[in-house]
Amino acid sequence: MAIKYTEDHEWVLVEGNIATVGITDYAQNALGDIVFVETPDVGHSVDKGEDCAVVESVKTASDVFAPLTGEITEGNAALEDEPELVNSSPEGDGWFFKMSIGDEAELENLLDEAAYKEFCEGLD
Amino acid sequence: MRYLPLSEEDRKDMLEAIGVSSIDELYCDVPDSVLLDKAVETLPTVRGEMEVDRAISAMAAKNTGANAVPSFLGAGLYHHHVPATVDYMIQRGEFLTSYTPYQPEVSQGTLQYLFEFQTQVAMLTGMDIANASMYDGATACAEAVLMANRVTKRNKAILSGGLHPHYRDVTRTHAHFNEFDVISAEPDVDNVEDLIDLIDDETSCVVVQTPSFFGHLNDYTKLGEACHAKKALLVVVFTEVLSLGALKTPGEMGADIVVGEGQSVGNALNFGGPTVGLFAVRKKYLRQMPGRVCGETVDADGRRGYVLTLSTREQHIRREKATSNICTNSGLCALAFNIHMTLLGEEGLTKLSALNHARACQVADKLAEIDGVDVLNETFFNEFTVRLNKSASAVIDRLAEKNVLAGVPVRRLYQDRPELDDLMLVAVTETATDEDIDALVAALKEELS
Repeated sequence: MAIKYTEDHEWVLVEGNIATVGITDYAQNALGDIVFVETPDVGHSVDKGEDCAVVESVKTASDVFAPLTGEITEGNAALEDEPELVNSSPEGDGWFFKMSIGDEAELENLLDEAAYKEFCEGLD
Repeated sequence: MRYLPLSEEDRKDMLEAIGVSSIDELYCDVPDSVLLDKAVETLPTVRGEMEVDRAISAMAAKNTGANAVPSFLGAGLYHHHVPATVDYMIQRGEFLTSYTPYQPEVSQGTLQYLFEFQTQVAMLTGMDIANASMYDGATACAEAVLMANRVTKRNKAILSGGLHPHYRDVTRTHAHFNEFDVISAEPDVDNVEDLIDLIDDETSCVVVQTPSFFGHLNDYTKLGEACHAKKALLVVVFTEVLSLGALKTPGEMGADIVVGEGQSVGNALNFGGPTVGLFAVRKKYLRQMPGRVCGETVDADGRRGYVLTLSTREQHIRREKATSNICTNSGLCALAFNIHMTLLGEEGLTKLSALNHARACQVADKLAEIDGVDVLNETFFNEFTVRLNKSASAVIDRLAEKNVLAGVPVRRLYQDRPELDDLMLVAVTETATDEDIDALVAALKEELS
């Protein structure tokens, strides 16, 4: 089990062949109060980098990209009524969707925690 | 506003700026064969102001205005009395000149009236949420089907035979370019709903009209239940918004989306437009609704304020993700609606609706006594269908020559349906006086005898 990150501020928790995806604490902090999350449909096939979810804050609306190629296996239904979970628990209960991992090799291109931290520091 | 004609020098500067030497060069992509090679001859070049005024007035005088003679025209647009206050208020500079509020914080008055308008539409339709208007009823209807397709992720809409043919056609046009299917039921005066059998697992929505195009009234509760059982949506359309002051609301019948035309309140016939489209939905579908929504809130000091909300996708930030191509609204028409509705109030609206219905009953009773006229509706609000013993278009034309606008020939909207040639729609509003009604009855008697 390992958490990986993308430069688009998604985190990816890999458990077996399933990846759980959400947006990072850095991202939720930058967006402000989250008011709406649209998660992808189960069964939807996505390519790495494809926009597949939407997160809206009081300030803006942003796409969330698929960090890997695969198929959506679950959307976080709790976000429908409680989008604020993304603010309170971005890397826990505020996860967006789960997906199957179509190409394990793609995992290599994701950042580890230290590299992502460094990446974010470079942005400030 | 000053009139600033272009000078030759202005023209030269502009052409230079875009790097072409002549106007003709701008049209170099257009084949020579379709370009005019001489000036347009039908337009006179120079005329004095008085001369123009007289010529235009003479042309305008050829029209027979619905306010000048007895008029029973309807079929989607209705002649009502609009208080002078409405026209005066909407022409105030603060309203007339303020376009779509892209800078919401400086347009508090505009946002407030749109918020009030939304509130009125939501209350009238019995729905949770309304947007800040659409272009007109027909485009609102097409947008409702597009929205139902998004919500249900299905691709087939079923349209009632009682839906206004223009609304059907606009929806079909959208279907053509958005690649979804439209099933249209046969035109039917009684509008008996046999639509339930058509609903299947592919159906995104069933679209019905109340009162129907032919004036008939239906309770769509059972149809709504049948839609929901198949996870399809019920879209209820209206063309005469005043009917909502007298009838069970579409929301009470289980509608998921309610759309219609708001022209009757505050707006004139205007030769068919501009008008104002109304669009209301259940709260759970809010995010899939096209257009913009104004919200009421408080600022940091607790003072009331209005903001555009849920509009990020529609225009400001993510235009490419918008739910609709409609990026603006009928703001001034919505304001006229708001002012007129505010003047009426709930009690006034109820009374006006009752008056419309009473007048229509009066006319239907009188027409039913004429030989050669058959009133086809058992139920109606302020408009009904009659069968004449002659071609309706011919009768209507001859009555127009006698300065009585008797109604709209159904055939005009169903050109491919010769069997509907003898049908006429008669709309009766509060503007019809006893003398108007007598004039219609006398002229029809004479024509049909």
